[in-house]
This record gives sequence, C-alpha cells and structure tokens, in this order.
Amino acid sequence: MAGRAQPVQQEHPLALRPSAATVGVVGWLRQKLFSSPLNAALTFLALYILYLVIPPLVRWAFIDADWVGSTREACRREGACWVFIRVWFERLMYGLYPREEIWRINAGYGLLVGAGALLVVPRFPWKHWVGVFLLVVYPVIAFYLFVGGSLTVSLVTLAVILALIGGTAVRLAPAFRDRAWIAGWRRAYPVFALGALAWLALGERLLGSAPLTVSVHLWPMVETRLWGGLFLTLVIAAVGIVGSLPLGILLALGRRSELPVVRGICVAFIEVWRGVPLITVLFMASNMFPLFMPEGVNFDKLLRALLGVTIFASAYMAEVVRGGLQAIPKGQYEAAEALGLGYWRTMGLVVLPQALKIVIPGIVNNFIGLFKDTTLVLIIGLFDFLGMAQAAASNANWLGFAIEGYVFTGFGFWLFCFGMSRYSQHLERALHTGR
Amino acid sequence: MVEAGRAPAARSPVSSEVMIEMRNVHKWFGAFHVLRDVSLTVHRGERIVICGPSGSGKSTLIRCINRLEDHQRGRIVVDGTELTGNLKHIEKIRSEVGIVFQQFNLFPHLTVLENLALAPIWVRRLPRREAEETAMKYLERVRIPEQARKYPAQLSGGQQQRVAIARALCMNPKIMLFDEPTSALDPEMIKEVLDVMVELAESGMTMLVVTHEMGFARTVAHRMMFMDEGQIVEDSPPEEFFSRPRSERTKLFLSQILRH
Repeated sequence: MAGRAQPVQQEHPLALRPSAATVGVVGWLRQKLFSSPLNAALTFLALYILYLVIPPLVRWAFIDADWVGSTREACRREGACWVFIRVWFERLMYGLYPREEIWRINAGYGLLVGAGALLVVPRFPWKHWVGVFLLVVYPVIAFYLFVGGSLTVSLVTLAVILALIGGTAVRLAPAFRDRAWIAGWRRAYPVFALGALAWLALGERLLGSAPLTVSVHLWPMVETRLWGGLFLTLVIAAVGIVGSLPLGILLALGRRSELPVVRGICVAFIEVWRGVPLITVLFMASNMFPLFMPEGVNFDKLLRALLGVTIFASAYMAEVVRGGLQAIPKGQYEAAEALGLGYWRTMGLVVLPQALKIVIPGIVNNFIGLFKDTTLVLIIGLFDFLGMAQAAASNANWLGFAIEGYVFTGFGFWLFCFGMSRYSQHLERALHTGR
Repeated sequence: MVEAGRAPAARSPVSSEVMIEMRNVHKWFGAFHVLRDVSLTVHRGERIVICGPSGSGKSTLIRCINRLEDHQRGRIVVDGTELTGNLKHIEKIRSEVGIVFQQFNLFPHLTVLENLALAPIWVRRLPRREAEETAMKYLERVRIPEQARKYPAQLSGGQQQRVAIARALCMNPKIMLFDEPTSALDPEMIKEVLDVMVELAESGMTMLVVTHEMGFARTVAHRMMFMDEGQIVEDSPPEEFFSRPRSERTKLFLSQILRH
C-alpha cells in the first residue's frame, strides 16, 4: 500500500543469529556437498569425472581447433576443424537457396524477430495488433518472400478477401462491441461471410475468367526443392507449432464433447495419428498421397510434409490439452455456465486459459519434440539442418568431418530447444496467479 | 450456530407475482431417485431457507432452477420461461438467476474485478468501463473494494465468498440461489458472509438458500423447508417450523442440529 508508514523492525529480545557454519559459502558447501562421508566421496568422484571430460573437450573444440582457411588442408586435424563449418555455413543455413536471393530469407527472419521483440517489451500498448500481424499478415508476407515468383490476383477476389478479414475482425473485436450498429452487423454477418466464401470458391469458375487481374512479380520464384538447412527446419517447425496448437485444442475439446459424433471423430483422428510413426506419415505423404490424386494435380512435396507434421503433432497436442482440461474442477464450468456464458465463452474465457496454463510444460515439451522430429524429413528427400550437415560431410572433398557437423547442428538444435524451455519457464512464472 | 443478532420482524413484503413454479418434478441420477415429485411456488421477494440431511436432494433442487441439473419429469417455470432443452431459454434464465456455490468457484486466473466484470461484458455486452463501475459498486456493497486488483488466491475464504456473491449480483439477477454458502468457511468468517446475505435479503431479493445456519434462517426466512429423501417434508413459516414441526423427521433433524 502506498503512503502507509512501515512499522519499525525491532529486534526481538530472543532473536539469535544462525551460526556461521550453517550460512554463507561455507554453510552451503557443508550442507550440499560434504554432509556425510558418502556425499563427500560422491562430490570428489563427480569432480574427477568432470576433470576427465571437460579439459579434453575444451582442447578439442577451442584450443587445438582450426578456425581459418577455406580448404581441408587448412586443418591440422589435432582438434576440431571449424573450417568445415565455415565453408559449408551458407548451405547449412539456407540449403540450396540461390545465393543472390538469400536476403529474402534474412528479411523474413528480421521481420519476425522485430515483431517478436515488440511482444517481449513489457507494457507495449499495441501487443494485440502485433499478435494479429504475426498470425495473419506475417505468414502471407513470409510466403511471398520465400516462394516469390509471379502472383496473378483478381482485384475483385482480393477485395473480397480483405472484406472478409475486415468484416470478421469487426464482428469479433472487443473495441466495437458497444457501438449501436454492431447488433445489425452481427445479424448480417453470416449472410456476408457465406457470400464471400461462395465467391472465393466459385466466383471465378462461374465467370470463366478472373476479373480485373493484376500481376505482381517482385522477385523470382525459388522452388521448395531448393529450400534446406536451418531455414527449412525453422519453416517446418514454425508451421507445425503454429498449426498444431489450435488444431490440438479443437481436437481436445471435441474429444470431451457431449455430442457422440463429434467425440467419435475426434477420438478416431487422435488415435489413428498417434498410432503411426512420423516416418510412416511422412513417407505416405511423400510417396502414397500422389497416387491417390487425379492426374495433373501436383501438391508440393514440402507442403505435404508440412501437412503431415502438423496433423501428427496436433494429435499429441490434443492429448496434452485434454490433460489440462481434466484438471479444471467442475465448479469452474458450473460457475461460468451459471453466469450465462455459453459453451464457447466458457471454454475460451474460463476453462482454456487455466487449462493451457497448467499444461505449458507439456505443450513446450511437444514443441521441442516436434522441432527435433523435423530432421526426419530427410527420408523424403528434404535436406533440413541435420540433413545438410550429413550431405556436406559426405562430400568427396570433405570426408571425415562428420563429427564437426554433428556437434555444430547438435549445438544449433540445443540453442533453439533450450530457448523454448527457458521461455516456457518465464511464461509459467508470468502467468502464475496463486493457488 | 451463529446468531445473526437481528429481530425476525421487518421482513419485506412478498409480492403475489410468481417467480418460480415447480410442478411434480422428478429427477434421477442413474437409478437413484433424487427428487420425488417436488412441487414448489416461490413469489417475488420471497426468501426460502432449505435444510435437510446430506443426500436429501436440497442442492439438486436449487440447481434445477438454473438448470445446472436437468429434471426428467414435471415442469419448472422461472419468471415465465419454462426450462426445457431449449438453449436460448436456458441462457436467458441463467442470466437472471444468480447462484453462489459452497466452494466459491471464483475464476483463479482473473482478478477480483475481472471476475465480476466478465459476464456483464460478455453476456450483457456492457462496455468494459461500465461493467467495472458496476463491479466496484457491488464490491463496496460486500465491503471489499480494496481487494479489486487482487487474485482470488490472495483472499481469505470469507472474502472469496463475498466476491462470489458480488459476481452473481453484477448480472442484476431477479433470483439468488445459495448452495451451502458458508459450509466451506472457517467459523470466524461465516458471520461476514451471512451479514452480506442479510443485507441482500433486506433489499427485497428473491432468495433460495440451502444452509444449516439456523440463526440466519430465523432472521430472514419467510418460509423454512425441510427436505428428506428427495421430498419436501415440511414447508412452514420459521416460527412454526422451529417451535411446532409437524413431521417426526423434522423434529429429529432439528434436535440433532440444534443440540449444541
């Protein structure tokens, strides 16, 4: 409370200080490391093992390592040959993406990091809009940045899409909730949305041609078979993470639904996808799926892998979220429903915020697993971060440097996974409200 | 037992307008027959205290009134709207009937103020500022405006239950249901909750209260009900209920809870 005088702390007449042997560095050492002869022995054993491992590792990775040069002859082979990584760095980061176009990837990263930094700034006032930008606008920008090429759009269709997004935002945004006209818009919205969707689905086909087209060609197209390295890993992981969480939440809600058909579909979906290995999913997506498609329809291989990874991850996510839903006491549902909040508002405002908070560790655990599982796309011929390192190590000029490649990619994966883990711990603390 | 320390007189008049009408209501939990042919009429402004042994169906009875439980036979009409499977009707009734639970059921992830403003904003569609002003008004009425920015876990049980009462009042209900509101509280906190309930009673609210706080019942109730095995065994004014109960089961029950 501001302005209230703090009572003066007075020493209690019986107050004693803890003896010096139980506090400070000495106390800590005595309590934690040498509390008994056995513990002392274990402490020394652990120190000895560290002595055996750390110095040779440091010598290999730093002291005896070779850092400069551009050929394998630059390496004396006494320690790590980081020249290997230096030479292959571009491939490890961007795959076969054309050198003169790499700025597009970096621009995509920059935009993401910039917007993400705004989200981290405490008390930044327009966080909601940054969130909307990241989830709605950014994917579109990133898609055209990374893929590029000619984009032919009908201005009419573009206008319909923008109107649909805008109309939906107005319908949902809390800012407009108390305007006089909102009730009318709410009533008109279903007709409007259906009309817009119908136009998007059928309009151009009915007219036979797209009206008022414009072509955009800012930069050349880069086919996804050239994508690779850490870039590809991040694309797959990001799409998988962003896609699997909402899908998993819907599946979890569906699995707990009282409607038998919805519940049955969700249970079957979850159990089928959880029951098969990811490799099978990717293999099917890559090799079997085209067989079922009509002649001439050609889905991009990366797109198929993205779909496979997302759906696979969403089944796991659904079970994690379900665990959270089950931890919410029945009284919370009852209190929300008794206030007249319907099903979706009860879930969205009361149950899910609590349930998701509980399962943050599980969700992030899934994200980390998903991030590392992206390495499996190697088997369908996509060269992710690890795949690129392996490819580099099997280059005829660079045979024998696989260890450096594995250590480097391993460290790269660890950085991202550790970052996610730290962020989840931060979230847990930030969202803690007692109980 | 806590004596509310007020004379049982000064009861606000009961209107002839019917707020709740239950006719021959039956409910089963599986094979267990919880409510057996219950009929009940509650008028506007009437305050009814329901007591009875555990498992007698008293909680289920009041939870049927806002359809937290559904009944399988009979009719329940609340403020002119019959309770059926019709979701529109259920939502209308729920926004007019407030309920206070034994376990408070505050939303732990929201502050006290957010707990109170949530339903007015999302159900009544009030602007946030207006909803928060109303919330503060009710927090003052239950005498804890200074806790508005805290989270429920930072409050004592008595304070949490008063917040729960204020949360229900924020929807401006016509009827308030209380499901053993003081049973989960430490003894020294019961009075602060009962005081708030007595004030609410004096304002003329229609109330159905399941409780064993007989001092409170004597102070505010127009009618006392005793339930046993899914039936309303006794339904009489408090003076009669306590001095001359008609059924043996009521006498036995009263002798057990009033012994100390």
